[in-house]
Amino acid sequence: MGPILAFAESRKGELRKVAFEAVTAARTAADASSAGEVHAVVFGAPGIAQRAAALGRFGADTVFAVEHAGLERYSPEVFTATLAERLKSGQYRAAFFTASAEGRDLAPRVAARLGVSLASDVTGFELQSDSVVVRHPAYTGKVTVTLRLKGTPALISLRPGFVTPAEQPRQARVESVQPAMDPAAAKVMVTEVSQRSATKLDLGEASVIVSGGRGLRAAENFKLVEDLADAIGNAAVGATRAVTDDGWRPPTDQIGQTGRLVSPDLYIAVGISGAIQHLAGMRTAKTIVAINKDKDAPIFKIADYGIVGDLFEIVPRLTAEVRKARSS
Amino acid sequence: MKIAVCIKRVPDMEMRFSIATDRKSLDPGGLKYEMGDFDGYALEVALQLAEKQGPGEVVVVSMGPDGVQETLRKGLAMGAARALHLKSDEVPFDGLAIGRALAAELKDGNYDLILFGRMATDTANGTVGPMVAELLGLPCVTGISQLDIANGRGTARRDLEGASENVQFPVPAVLTIDEGIARPRLASLKGIMAAKKKPLEIKPAQLGPANLVVEVMELPADRPPGRIIGEGADAVPELLRLLQTEAKVL
Repeated sequence: MGPILAFAESRKGELRKVAFEAVTAARTAADASSAGEVHAVVFGAPGIAQRAAALGRFGADTVFAVEHAGLERYSPEVFTATLAERLKSGQYRAAFFTASAEGRDLAPRVAARLGVSLASDVTGFELQSDSVVVRHPAYTGKVTVTLRLKGTPALISLRPGFVTPAEQPRQARVESVQPAMDPAAAKVMVTEVSQRSATKLDLGEASVIVSGGRGLRAAENFKLVEDLADAIGNAAVGATRAVTDDGWRPPTDQIGQTGRLVSPDLYIAVGISGAIQHLAGMRTAKTIVAINKDKDAPIFKIADYGIVGDLFEIVPRLTAEVRKARSS
Repeated sequence: MKIAVCIKRVPDMEMRFSIATDRKSLDPGGLKYEMGDFDGYALEVALQLAEKQGPGEVVVVSMGPDGVQETLRKGLAMGAARALHLKSDEVPFDGLAIGRALAAELKDGNYDLILFGRMATDTANGTVGPMVAELLGLPCVTGISQLDIANGRGTARRDLEGASENVQFPVPAVLTIDEGIARPRLASLKGIMAAKKKPLEIKPAQLGPANLVVEVMELPADRPPGRIIGEGADAVPELLRLLQTEAKVL
């Protein structure tokens, strides 16, 4: 069977974790279906080709590095044209994207350009002889849908974090290629990318999320949540919609039906009652901890470990104990 | 400005769902419906743009069975000038099939903007907007959290993971709108009365073949029932022990 393509997302000249997830998924699919090689495509300013070896580590046989001074930032038209051209040039069996903000913008455009359908935000896939069977959480995670995707290439976008990057090293061949159109001729231009914080971990990439709700009573009390996240390390801070609506935290911190959907290894809900809107965004976390003063709060129905009581006493104690455990 | 807003009628997500006997759809019994969350934001953006930019028209478009007319009337009550119902027995899961039907309808509409919500809250795919853009050969910006249109050019901000980007684009364009950009207005009583008299055109949806089809719908396995391990700060050492030795996540 033909090769499998992976779109390797980068930002500011660095590969993102989702790039390794897409390559790992492509490698897994290729190995499981006796398909051919894994081809990764990465875009960026000159120099991005030097990142290609890292993609080989996760199983890419060939890396196509689309290097151009005009590709320092995402360009929907250039990326679409270049990927569509590549997918038309070979007998590609499938192409993996991730359902990141960029992947969600790009994958549907590539699909429509090729006239093939797209399975998006996928949490399971199996390549069969003439189709791909995928799983996809829908209805705010309350329903799991199994779908059959027909057509070649099969375009799939993976839920970020669903695939754990796994090293399957090989020496990737690197081919430097030109974009299929001049970036300067694009109509849509990304003029600026502002990183919210160089050190702050993104909710989608954190293995631990500490999240706060109205129970914190005031914006400044989020310090307790931040301190706990800081003590744990590799942790991000989230919030409920009530809190972001009140302006205690930026809207981008919202976890829930209309915010971010997250699946960390550990989710610590602080002063969160557990409205359906919020549960929709975090119910797939591996382990859930709830700290709340109301023992009847719905969050305790899904929390693996709950503590009833005053968060203003419990959280600082937890932070201190975590620090102690870390240092010993 | 002439703006089309594509809205979807979705089940109220607060409800308890059950699966129909065909195992491919939701049991419709007892379902209540509403306009998709993000679609409400898209419509609000369109109405504000139309108000600010002078003469124009906001058209709400929806696909599905006759029930979607209720959602379209809500859009009219909020302030859209007219509505278009693309009639089909059901809305397929395949974004490309939907996109083709919408593109066929919208291509000759001379719209300055075609707006969508960032995703439908039911199927949660978020693919139709950018697919329509591609099919119509229009610029597209997805997941917009801030928007400014002036002199035939647009500037938008979209949130990324841990960052945001500023995007410039020419009009006409297809845009998908994220939450938080502008709170959807409530329809006034006057608006609701006026909506009954506004034009609502019905056409058959020109759906193409679907290549992404539902095999099975299931309710995900319930999480194991929650467990309260203690009260107050004294329970913290036990929590830490469980996280380290039982859950092995710390």
